[in-house]
Amino acid sequence: MIPEIGSFALVLALLVALVQGSLPLIGAQRGIPAWIALARPASSMLFLLIAVAFGCLTASFINNDFSVVYVAQHSNSRLPLEYRISGVWGGHEGSLLLWVLMLSLWSLAVAAFSRSLPDDMVARVQGVLGLVAAGFLLFILLTSSPFERLLPGAEDGRDLNPLLQDPGLIFHPPMLYMGYVGFSVAFAFAIAALLSGRLDAAWARWSRPWTTAAWIFLTLGIGLGSIWAYYELGWGGWWFWDPVENASFLPWLVGTALIHSLAVTEKRGSFKNWTVLLAIGAFSLSLLGTFLVRSGVLSSVHAFASDPKRGIFILVFLAVVVGSSLTLFAWRAPKVSLGGAFALMSRETLLLINNVLLLSAAGAVLLGTLYPLVIDALNLGKLSVGPPYFNAVFTPLMVPLLFLMAVGPVARWKHTSLAEIARPLRWAFGIAVAAGVSIPFFYGGWSGSVALGMGLAIWIVGASVLQILARTRSGLPPRAFWGMHLAHMGVAVTVVGIVMVTQYESERDVRMAPGDTVKTGDYQIRFLGVEGISGPNYNAAKGNLELLKDGQLVMPLHPEKRKYLSSAMPMTEAFIDPGLTRDIYVSLGDPLEGGDGAWSVRVYYKPFVSWIWGGAVLMALGGLLAASDRRYRLKSTAARAGKLAAQGAAS
Amino acid sequence: MKPRQKRLAIIVGGLATLGIAATLILNAFQSNLVFFFTPTQVANGEAPKERAFRIGGLVKEGSLQRSDIVARFIVTDTAKEIPVAYEGILPDLFSEGKGVVAQGVLSADGKFTATEVLAKHDENYMPPEAQAAVNKAHEATRTLKQ
Repeated sequence: MIPEIGSFALVLALLVALVQGSLPLIGAQRGIPAWIALARPASSMLFLLIAVAFGCLTASFINNDFSVVYVAQHSNSRLPLEYRISGVWGGHEGSLLLWVLMLSLWSLAVAAFSRSLPDDMVARVQGVLGLVAAGFLLFILLTSSPFERLLPGAEDGRDLNPLLQDPGLIFHPPMLYMGYVGFSVAFAFAIAALLSGRLDAAWARWSRPWTTAAWIFLTLGIGLGSIWAYYELGWGGWWFWDPVENASFLPWLVGTALIHSLAVTEKRGSFKNWTVLLAIGAFSLSLLGTFLVRSGVLSSVHAFASDPKRGIFILVFLAVVVGSSLTLFAWRAPKVSLGGAFALMSRETLLLINNVLLLSAAGAVLLGTLYPLVIDALNLGKLSVGPPYFNAVFTPLMVPLLFLMAVGPVARWKHTSLAEIARPLRWAFGIAVAAGVSIPFFYGGWSGSVALGMGLAIWIVGASVLQILARTRSGLPPRAFWGMHLAHMGVAVTVVGIVMVTQYESERDVRMAPGDTVKTGDYQIRFLGVEGISGPNYNAAKGNLELLKDGQLVMPLHPEKRKYLSSAMPMTEAFIDPGLTRDIYVSLGDPLEGGDGAWSVRVYYKPFVSWIWGGAVLMALGGLLAASDRRYRLKSTAARAGKLAAQGAAS
Repeated sequence: MKPRQKRLAIIVGGLATLGIAATLILNAFQSNLVFFFTPTQVANGEAPKERAFRIGGLVKEGSLQRSDIVARFIVTDTAKEIPVAYEGILPDLFSEGKGVVAQGVLSADGKFTATEVLAKHDENYMPPEAQAAVNKAHEATRTLKQ
């Protein structure tokens, strides 16, 4: 009964989404107040119905209802409760349901926090969100309903993929989806502005906190995914340039460019067309990401067995979204005014360079990700683009970006001079050069890339600290100021992590018999042996190893090699001793021939690896400060005037 | 500077940046493409000698030897076989009779030294390349029989 209610709720949701996606848009265009007024209640209704459907699926998982195909494929009666709940989004159908749930949540949030916006603007934004929701609900109902029944019902479920039985999975996909889907709000604002012809500073101001909010979730989602890959996949890497990772990174790069371009549009009224294009781009790349992950066209870490036919639907949907928004753009853009002029040396120019660099990086990643797919689709052979390509392209583009990151906030709008920039930054520059050059000598030996990376990180932090000191002398700066500097310092922290771990890590796969010792970093690791244990839904070989420093025991290490009962699928559980300046990482390989109880053991020493994710957390916190700045919560005069005008037009 | 010169400077600067970026990208792209070959193609000498490439197929039953940290196994597309050596720990779902994709270089004696064995993350998932290799071999045998 419960699955049928869920199914029914989804059909109703589609109808509501179609209403939300049509009447308010037409109403706003023709000035019909009753139709405009539909937008807010429709979005509440949409959220309610999708939440009911999501609740029904969750209930089926909790009740172990294996007569539902999706539950039978992704759960098992022995699966612990928390994974039965997170199993809801452990497969294709459920993740899509989560996708639309997030979308309706964003739509609801826009309705709730947009009291200061003119009603016709709200109607247009909700209308666009309604259309996107309708597309995805149609997709779910036509190709991937999670509520399909299995007759007769299965005795027990196939179990959730052991890789996904992990706390990381509970949070990683919802975070990532919140980010992906969040760009639909920026997209909806851009389309609404194009439709109404009011592409102005007020529009940029409304979009900014929403774009930043989406970016925060995406940043955390990517960070969590990276942590999960690090400890759960058992390879100890934090980024693989895997197509699906790239798919989440592309909207992040374009979204970051969008945040900076929006700043110019709000403060100076320039870059309007460009900002609209970025908003369309960020959302299109989110859709592309969904397509890549969900269509099964990729040979990747994330490529779980799936149905390629579904890809066609998303591809068509993507084509419709991109095609129609670009057509609208081409029609409306020539009427948009150009905004304030600026000198060559100005903050506008620096932010323009920021955008060019970020988009070049995004273009390079897109090329490397899509090229193999296109070649394969054209039957020209199978090939892949390896991490060396991405590293070779990405690093040179990031160096100027990081350098200018410290300069941008110092530069004034409109016009600035070299002296104005150089004077406050000269100390930061001196310290950065001195520290950058000397740090590699203190830590494991000279390396040019460490000097460059550390120098840039210190340069960014130094510049931020100097500016904060200068600014706080004349009263408390607004949250947006703190947010920007915190986010920039977060990038610096991530850079430190990346540079140090890339240059000074040690990765060894070794054969170890009981009693053997290997050296890693300043530590030794002794292998004692392996014993059998059993968990709630698995049996495992548990390794007994010791971490030693100067012959003294620091701690015992217990990596595991698990075999899950329901699927007999083996699973490596790495044991990590995390630390501020280094992680010790051990995992078990396989028992080796030779009769001496030897195993292959993976021993990694990862200096500063946790800084990579610490930096992401700082970036997200910075985003939170910036998005919650006071001026977004004040009713701006422009917004009030717009609202009055809309009311005037309505009456 | 006059506004016109300024605009020109911005445009030239932008184009120069884009040009440099594009050159960088395409250069790196050219030298980092990794092509895929089936065991039959490798046996026919179609694979490059110096450059790294990928092979895919099934791990032959009973071929896996793992006495040292170097694992040795045979990859087959059911028509031709290639011996593979890989130093390191194999991914969890690597097993005999199942699909595999490996990246590495071919030595003069026809042995493949893998630097990477690609993991898959679902026991029922067959890497598309491995599937394609087996399908191709099957098609070839069918045409031979006819």
